[in-house]
Amino acid sequence: MATTRTGNTPVTRPTVPGGPVASTVPVGAVYAEGTRLEWGASLVEGSVVLDETVAPNAPWSAVVRQGHVLTIVDVGGNQSADCLLYSADDPEERYSVPDTLSWQGNAYVRTGTVLRSNEGRPLMTVVANEIDRQDTIGGACGKESNTLRYGHHVMFQHGCRENFLAEAGRRGLGVRDLVSNLNWFMNVPVEADGALGIVDGMSAPGRRVAVRAERDVLVLVSNCPQMNNPCNDFNPTPLRMLVVDPTPAARETRLAPPVGDARSAAAAGTPEGAS
Amino acid sequence: MTTAESSTAGAPHGRYPAGQGSARARDLHLTDSVRSARQDARAQGGQSGQWMPYLPASGSPYCPPEVDPSALVWAETVAPGGYTHKVLARGTRLRFDDPTGDACAHLLLFNALEPIERLNVADTQKIPWQAYLGQNHPLLSGDGRVLAVVSGDSSGRHDAFCGTTTDAWNERKYGDARPEGPSPSGRGLFLKAAAKHGLSRRDLPPGVSFFQGVRVESDGTLGWQGSAGPGTHVELIAEMPLLVLVANVAHPLDPRPGYVVGPLRVHAWRGAPTGPGEPRFTATPELHRAYLNTVDYCEARGL
Repeated sequence: MATTRTGNTPVTRPTVPGGPVASTVPVGAVYAEGTRLEWGASLVEGSVVLDETVAPNAPWSAVVRQGHVLTIVDVGGNQSADCLLYSADDPEERYSVPDTLSWQGNAYVRTGTVLRSNEGRPLMTVVANEIDRQDTIGGACGKESNTLRYGHHVMFQHGCRENFLAEAGRRGLGVRDLVSNLNWFMNVPVEADGALGIVDGMSAPGRRVAVRAERDVLVLVSNCPQMNNPCNDFNPTPLRMLVVDPTPAARETRLAPPVGDARSAAAAGTPEGAS
Repeated sequence: MTTAESSTAGAPHGRYPAGQGSARARDLHLTDSVRSARQDARAQGGQSGQWMPYLPASGSPYCPPEVDPSALVWAETVAPGGYTHKVLARGTRLRFDDPTGDACAHLLLFNALEPIERLNVADTQKIPWQAYLGQNHPLLSGDGRVLAVVSGDSSGRHDAFCGTTTDAWNERKYGDARPEGPSPSGRGLFLKAAAKHGLSRRDLPPGVSFFQGVRVESDGTLGWQGSAGPGTHVELIAEMPLLVLVANVAHPLDPRPGYVVGPLRVHAWRGAPTGPGEPRFTATPELHRAYLNTVDYCEARGL
């Protein structure tokens, strides 16, 4: 598989679901053999403080410290990264779709969008983005909503709401804390008559988005397992999560010898189409 | 400041005539003993005001046309900048009237029996494949069920994108967001309404609003439509037992410099939930399955 990944990039989560035993459990699909994977690098210069892979179908969370920048790499292309944000110090203050949209007067998320809380305060800011627009209208898939969208025969399938609940539980949060979310790399146009829906994505392998924490933020992600719409191009692929500290002091440390640090090499360069 | 002076939510809710300060009010009451204080208090009963609940509801002066007053279970006029809340039985009809064209009914809905099930705006827009609220639009929970459905709409100017206002927004826009002040935020009012049902700010999801429209332009710009004028209404059917929270506050995108809100009339009356024999039940595949899920839940709970 194509990759710029190096041996220095730790894999802290399995890249495929399933395990060593034979099982009759109907787990979700994973990407097809031969799928092009581009592991990318941070969109922002800085000292790497976290570099993790989110397996297809899996949840993930981390606290991103104020000033640090999280780059999400769409490794396999058009893989929706459903995302919720919480103030790490006070998780009852959390991401709010309507506040984010009202403050910017626009329904789409692009470079410069301030991701606001339910109190109207900034949680994170989109500082770089390699696709035309990111979605925050489409919400998350789930066992229950899937029955409305596709029928009761898909009730058994995994969903982002399940991932959010599992990961939230590890952080002391629960169903009361789930609200409408962001969908990185998902495409949800709103047409003139109000028609709205998830359509084929505008991303590609290796496309990225970078968000800067405006304070300490707990980031919850579900690597969307949905196999009934194009939110992952019907081919669930991994995500790479990179957090860097972009402050000059941290960069000095990073740029110092020893030379040949693979993470330094990976962080170089300006992405094509960055805006 | 000028914005505060032009606010429609600044008066103390009609309790005193405009311009009458506390000194004049002092002169109107003899309260120097328990007996006189009791007499003074009791003499105040029986009055009416511009914004108040009407009890019993059947005595509402604004009973909607073609509604039997004896079927009313809730009748109220919500003040500009005010809020209200009620638990409604499954099948109840809920109607909002905007008599002036300046009301803005911000709404949150919860399953009254399990309030962790609540309005999910993303599903409410995504599952019907339609961003704008209108006739037959379901207000969906995150659990794949219909909390309520829009069963009547003479306005067509609503919003499911912008939610309600926060203190931060109103402080920036009007210089003040106190719930007791001239430009309260919707969230500040929802917090109080939710608290009266044992809920807290964790329990307040994004909401929808009626009577002030927003449309999305091709580049994503959220365009302000405003109202369809005075005298419009919206009617909902409670398809599950509902906890209803309502805040009547200026819409976040309202471009007017002042905080302009009109009174909001609320009426609810007994009725039946949408049943399998009705066209709405099977109007779309998504709505059909949402109703099947809703009935499944209610049947199992003996509702």
